[in-house]
Amino acid sequence: MREILVLAEHRLGKLRDITFEMLTKGRQLALEAGATLSIALLGYGVESLAEELADYADEVLLIEEKRLENFNSEYYQQVLSHIILERKPEVIFLGHTSYGLELAPALAIKLNIPIVTDVIDVYFEDGKFMAIRDFYGGKLQAKVSLRKSTQYIATIRPGVFKAEKGKRRGNVNKLSPPDLTDITYKKFIELVKPPAEAVDISTADIVVAVGRGIGDAKNLHLIEELSNVLGGVVACSRPIVDMGWLPKERQVGISGKTVKPKLYLAVGISGQFYHVYGMMNSELIIAINKDPHAPIFNVADYGIVGDLFEILPRLTKKILEEKSAGASSQ
Amino acid sequence: MEIIVCVKHVPETAEADLVIDESRKRIKTEDLVFDINEWDEYALEEAVLLKEKYGGSVTVITIGPEDAEDTLRKCLAKGADKAIRVTDKAIEGSDGYAIAKILYNVVKDLRFDLILCGAQASDDGYAVVGVMLASLLGIPYATMVRKMEIGDGVAKVTRELEDGLEEIVEVKLPAVLTIQTGINKPRYASIMSIRRARQKEISVLDLKAVNLAEDEVGEKGSWVIVDELFVPVRKKKGEILSGDLDQVVSKIVEVMKERGVLK
Repeated sequence: MREILVLAEHRLGKLRDITFEMLTKGRQLALEAGATLSIALLGYGVESLAEELADYADEVLLIEEKRLENFNSEYYQQVLSHIILERKPEVIFLGHTSYGLELAPALAIKLNIPIVTDVIDVYFEDGKFMAIRDFYGGKLQAKVSLRKSTQYIATIRPGVFKAEKGKRRGNVNKLSPPDLTDITYKKFIELVKPPAEAVDISTADIVVAVGRGIGDAKNLHLIEELSNVLGGVVACSRPIVDMGWLPKERQVGISGKTVKPKLYLAVGISGQFYHVYGMMNSELIIAINKDPHAPIFNVADYGIVGDLFEILPRLTKKILEEKSAGASSQ
Repeated sequence: MEIIVCVKHVPETAEADLVIDESRKRIKTEDLVFDINEWDEYALEEAVLLKEKYGGSVTVITIGPEDAEDTLRKCLAKGADKAIRVTDKAIEGSDGYAIAKILYNVVKDLRFDLILCGAQASDDGYAVVGVMLASLLGIPYATMVRKMEIGDGVAKVTRELEDGLEEIVEVKLPAVLTIQTGINKPRYASIMSIRRARQKEISVLDLKAVNLAEDEVGEKGSWVIVDELFVPVRKKKGEILSGDLDQVVSKIVEVMKERGVLK
């Protein structure tokens, strides 16, 4: 029987969204390929997570070991290699996440299994394993094929597949861990939580976010002025934090905050997936960018193609006028 | 401290019009400006900072045609000491795996304490080369590094996770680290150093020189083959406004009013 194996990702006692997203795609692929779907859950004291996962697959492989308590790619690799060699799943999914990226390429080299990363879709076509993925920051996409093999590894981009409620009940199969070799050359030290914040952008109704297009820190006042008249908060994409223009707590995206405001205004943000992941579920998205092909327009409800330095002052002024007109008519 | 930095010469595509060529597998690059991959620029800066602190040397390696020497010269101007370029017609169409094999064959006989790579490249975004290189070498690695400290034979690094979380990991040297943007503030090269970098020699290697056969690289030596590039289909049919700015702005403000976000 063909098998699709998904590595469950969890942190701080919770299964991460990517796990359920991978399972949505895994179920679909299993159905198309006539395969079974199984989940590998590695950790320590995670039996309740295994029960939760049993709704989503034919089988949950639970491997508990003290040394799997924190994520260390080396121990994960040892256990996963063992499972993969034993069960020979045809397709193995990991998240295109910080954990997945630390693990998947090493697993591929160790087991000599072709790997494709950051996929937004995978399927079989004429016996070939195919994937769709972004190129050039999402301005283009490509259909790619993997070299013919009996097994394939794919890392799945977060936020692409919708987590669905599991429909069937599988079994939790407790496996005894393989004999692990003690790892002295790579040590997990600690998890670091973000510091307490002055502003929580994730609770704001209106978010005005700025990206690289603003050009210079001295231009940020244009964003602040617009945000002020709207009664919103200023947020940003990654490059603004990298350059030290705004603190990390203002960063929207996969490594920063996820926001779902009533209005998200994206100014001078190209719209790479790292950013889009954090704002795509906003109620109304308005984007301003001078590049008509910027990927941000693929998620925007309204897009303005033009120079933000010309648009922002006009927009701020117009909103002020509207507000004072509204106030005087009341 | 002997440090190797792997860099890639990539087209700047953020504000450019991309045209897919006749092969459907590549874009036309004649009108594009190329530069060092953004992540690699941070990796190079980190290497130069380490050299300034601990001494030693920085060697940069790239794989690509002659144009890629612009990126190597930029690295030399910013403080790298040596530069190596691997080039061969057969390399075209290589995925991250094939690139990792080439780099492995270049570095395995060099002396190094640390290899730094960008966490990913802005063009193909595979994000696999550093880890694959470490795995082929059989040495420790850590990815998405946002901070690092060198201790006695170890690197203590902060890895970026999701949702503002980070983790601290310690790896023994020699190791491969893949660098995330924002770890430092990359310097600008001075006019003088750019001039000096022009005089430096770049060692150029072909496949034979790195002991690889043609079928170990390119599409034949890759796991992932690009069959066809295409322009993404817009899933959300948003309204794109352009033209007279005052009209556009009025329209947007109307939308805000209708949607009840103007208070």
